[in-house]
Amino acid sequence: MNYENSLTLAIEDLTVSFDGFKAVDALNLYLDKNELHVVIGPNGAGKTTVLDLICGKTKSTSGSIKFLNKELTKMPEHEIVRAGVGRKFQTPSIYENLTVLENLEVSYPEGRGVIGSLLFKRTDKVRTKIHEVAEQIMLVDSLDTEAALLSHGQKQWLEIGMLLIQDPQLLMLDEPVAGMSVKEREQTAELLNKISEGRSVLVIEHDMEFVARIADKVTVLHQGKILAAGNMKEVQNDPKVIEVYLGH
Amino acid sequence: MNFVYEKLMGGKRGLTGFIILAALILVVFPLFFDIFRLSLVGKYLTYAFAAVSLVLLWGFGGILSLGQGIFFGLGGYGMAMFLKLEASSPENTSIQSTPGIPDFMDWNQLTELPWFWVPFNSLTFTILAILILPAAFAYLIGAAMFKRRVGGVYFAIITQVISVILTVLIVGQQGYTGGINGMTDLRTMHGWDITSDSARYIFYFINSFLLLSVIVLGRFILTSKFGSLLLAMRDKEDRVRFSGYDVSNFKIFIFCIAALISAIGGAMFTLQVGFMSPSFVGIVPSIEMVIFCAVGGRMSLIGAVYGTLLINFGKTAFSETFPELWLFLMGGLFISVVMFFPNGLAGIWEDYSHHLISRLTAFKNKIRKMLPNTGGKTPTQDAG
Repeated sequence: MNYENSLTLAIEDLTVSFDGFKAVDALNLYLDKNELHVVIGPNGAGKTTVLDLICGKTKSTSGSIKFLNKELTKMPEHEIVRAGVGRKFQTPSIYENLTVLENLEVSYPEGRGVIGSLLFKRTDKVRTKIHEVAEQIMLVDSLDTEAALLSHGQKQWLEIGMLLIQDPQLLMLDEPVAGMSVKEREQTAELLNKISEGRSVLVIEHDMEFVARIADKVTVLHQGKILAAGNMKEVQNDPKVIEVYLGH
Repeated sequence: MNFVYEKLMGGKRGLTGFIILAALILVVFPLFFDIFRLSLVGKYLTYAFAAVSLVLLWGFGGILSLGQGIFFGLGGYGMAMFLKLEASSPENTSIQSTPGIPDFMDWNQLTELPWFWVPFNSLTFTILAILILPAAFAYLIGAAMFKRRVGGVYFAIITQVISVILTVLIVGQQGYTGGINGMTDLRTMHGWDITSDSARYIFYFINSFLLLSVIVLGRFILTSKFGSLLLAMRDKEDRVRFSGYDVSNFKIFIFCIAALISAIGGAMFTLQVGFMSPSFVGIVPSIEMVIFCAVGGRMSLIGAVYGTLLINFGKTAFSETFPELWLFLMGGLFISVVMFFPNGLAGIWEDYSHHLISRLTAFKNKIRKMLPNTGGKTPTQDAG
């Protein structure tokens, strides 16, 4: 990598306003390689909007988002993905009618054009990669199961797997453990710690216990602005954070 | 070989369905129907092209087009222009004030063949035009809509409006298009009488082969990664977009393919029926095509053909006896299919054939048990 020392993601002065309401207001956020960064904050703080802005779902009003020195704010969504940004949605967003294998195959980063997809073949290379990812997300035994039949937690993992198969440099996860059982949360924490090696991960999460287990760095958002940032301990002891978010 | 079997025919089940359909339209119909009825079936089968195109576009792609008549009509008019020019040779039209141009142009005081008619003197150009122009038009519509993320109901309404505009244009520009009467008296193709029985048989078989080829093409598309992506886009468009695909390109492509398929149907219609008119372009035919597809099963390429045949046989039978009731009956049928059998005939077959097959297998095994001497073979389980 040429950018060995540079940041994976540099968000500077990012603002988006919806009819005058600033959902994100002059935000600065930096992510290093190998960093697992968690964004927390009360409802309506603009957490999901930040992810929407990075992946191009929402266009920014001003400011810049640089990913490996590439400006993302003007790029169409699919090109942002191809540049190496993967994003998981809040509710599991998988193809219910397709099997786990097909879900992963559809996400495989080849045959992304019209003609390419018509001529795409399930080669051994593709199969090996699918198996590898399925093993990581603990779904190797369910490859031929229709995705609709998976449990809620498994659906979340499948969506993470659909991102992993693209080998993104930046992985963004919106509430990955929402609705998961205690055991599934533990497995997910392990999974996240594993997959954050060699890439940057940006997570939005509410569950503080879970955040404490995974986060290298925590940023607290409030009304579109950063309230506090640092490691978990610093943030937890910050009086402003306690007041608006963590409670007394 | 394996590729053909698995991909194009869809394995054992798909192959059986395909062979049954092929046998029906290539063998059974020609054997049991006289040429009059067979031509009628041939005409219905040209509508089946549009129904099959809607399976790809609407059933799998989730894009409802209420304007397949546009492309059916463009294909039909392309072929009609060629045939009309041949029918309007100077010898045939010597009584006109300007001989050598189609009769309706003469009636509308045109004294020269319009420039865009001239290339239709060539059959090669005509065929290319049928294959390219409707698809190119679909590309323009598709690019304008899908790049701007227009979809769903809005897309359906816009396609419907375009089909109305095209009808109005054709009716209004009588001198160039033949107006409301369309293009009639199409009799020969390179001097060959297309109304003769032998020509009708030949067109019927060409039409059937083309339809079967289109189904194979559809299978190829649906069994590829493109097919999975179509389903994926229908359910979770954003997930596909954020997996690195330019969703609009895929929608434009399938819309163009659907237009191409419908246009082939339209051209075959003109050849078999001998005329083309705006009544095959507008809202009513376009919606009828959707009904054919829905009744047959919008997720089944083969089902769409059966749906088309069933509705049209019904239309012919009923509209002879109760002409005023037919539209109500068809409307009712459409509503009940949507409400009770969302997967149409194909869905009903899918649901009940398992019972039928398992009963037959059970019956077969029973008989085997009752006759213990018929070899020591254990009954093979047929999982098909």
